Amino acid sequence: MSAVRVLVGTRKGAFVLTSDATRKKWDVNGPFFGGWEVYHLKGSPADPSRLYASQTSGWFGQIIQRSSDGGKTWEPVGNKFVYDGVPGTHQWYDGTPHPWEFKRVWHLEPSLTDPDTIYAGVEDAALFRSTDGGQNWHELPGLRGHGSGASWSPGAGGLGLHTILLDPGNSKRMFIAISAAGAFRTDDGGETWKPINRGLRSEGIPNPTAEVGHCVHRIAMHRSRPNVLFMQKHWDVMRTDNAGDSWQDVGGNLPTDFGFPIDVHAHEPETVYVVPIKSDSEHYPPDGRLRVYRSRTGGHEWEPLTNGLPQRDCYVNVLRDAMAVDSLDSCGVYFGTTGGQVYASSDAGDSWAPIVRDLPAVLSVEVQTLP
Amino acid sequence: MIRVVLPQHLRTLARVDDEVTIDVRGPATVRSVLDALESQYPVLQGTIRDHITQQRRPFLRFFACEEDLSQDPPDAALPDAVVNGVEPFLVVGAMAGG
Repeated sequence: MSAVRVLVGTRKGAFVLTSDATRKKWDVNGPFFGGWEVYHLKGSPADPSRLYASQTSGWFGQIIQRSSDGGKTWEPVGNKFVYDGVPGTHQWYDGTPHPWEFKRVWHLEPSLTDPDTIYAGVEDAALFRSTDGGQNWHELPGLRGHGSGASWSPGAGGLGLHTILLDPGNSKRMFIAISAAGAFRTDDGGETWKPINRGLRSEGIPNPTAEVGHCVHRIAMHRSRPNVLFMQKHWDVMRTDNAGDSWQDVGGNLPTDFGFPIDVHAHEPETVYVVPIKSDSEHYPPDGRLRVYRSRTGGHEWEPLTNGLPQRDCYVNVLRDAMAVDSLDSCGVYFGTTGGQVYASSDAGDSWAPIVRDLPAVLSVEVQTLP
Repeated sequence: MIRVVLPQHLRTLARVDDEVTIDVRGPATVRSVLDALESQYPVLQGTIRDHITQQRRPFLRFFACEEDLSQDPPDAALPDAVVNGVEPFLVVGAMAGG
């Protein structure tokens, strides 16, 4: 019988939640790395027992952990992230040049085919790769070096590379996104990159339609249609049908188009999920009602999903990496909140129930569907 | 034999329960103690001082014999009591938070 493993990163450690395919009863294991921030953990699609975790601390810096038994035991691997060559500067909040400084790993993306190959998106924004299971890390310098890097500036949470999407049909193509630089694509395995932000409009930057400078919060892809991407921008929910060459606003009837996570149903490429948040200065759901919004039409038309979610006095946030789907039938949808709840739906969002209610603030949620 | 006391999180990372003891070749200094410590426990590389610059991480400090050695030159000699193993070399995490 199939099973589901939910990997949860929090402000104070990691948790591994497991259930059989009914998704009714859950075992909660953790905290792992208690007291440390775990920005992200993710399993290898090529070997579901192989997991990687980003463990970080303001005191002790960055640790990368690796598990070869599905999260039961962990071992630290390499934590040396050194920018390629002379790092140079990016733009600071006040517009002045600021030296590139490694702070932490925001996102880990294992290769689709090799458990020992993994990508890391870091702050200050850069993309690193390891081909030996996380022991050694090397920057893919073409991203920062493609020409606009010196003009990138941090969002409120830092200059983080938070999204890495690998094209399942083209091993040379990947997409990344950076707050607050925008989205970028490579078609040659990471050697060269181009900004893919045409159609984005951000009123808070000097040129609202600039090539870079947009605060992209998250991008999602359905593996059957890698040229179609959905984006939750700072404000605006966007869609591209040509691998990012141009974007259209598909926010439609959302109560607010500000938010952080976005994801796509495992079996329905036109079914998309977002969690609207009131505004960029009020990071909680509108009216104190926690609602996931689902579009079954690839955007424009959205319906609120509220069954089982708190509909009064709820003022949590859902961060960009804190939503995921499983690939069971029917599709499970999961998200974690800054209040420490992890909610699950085993019916594609029609109804919800908490798996756990009282974890530390949730930073990330990933799901593995196990045979 | 030099005794080193680590903060709890680094003890967990290094999988040690208590203070650790290390052999230092040559003069005992902050640099040579940390070199030996990281050699014995490679997982600590980058957690106490930066991989490249070798600068102490900002929220950590070094103490021994009730003195703050954090700002001393890294090649300054450590007190005899540390060298002789009478007193430990302390790596201390700053108190921060609310």
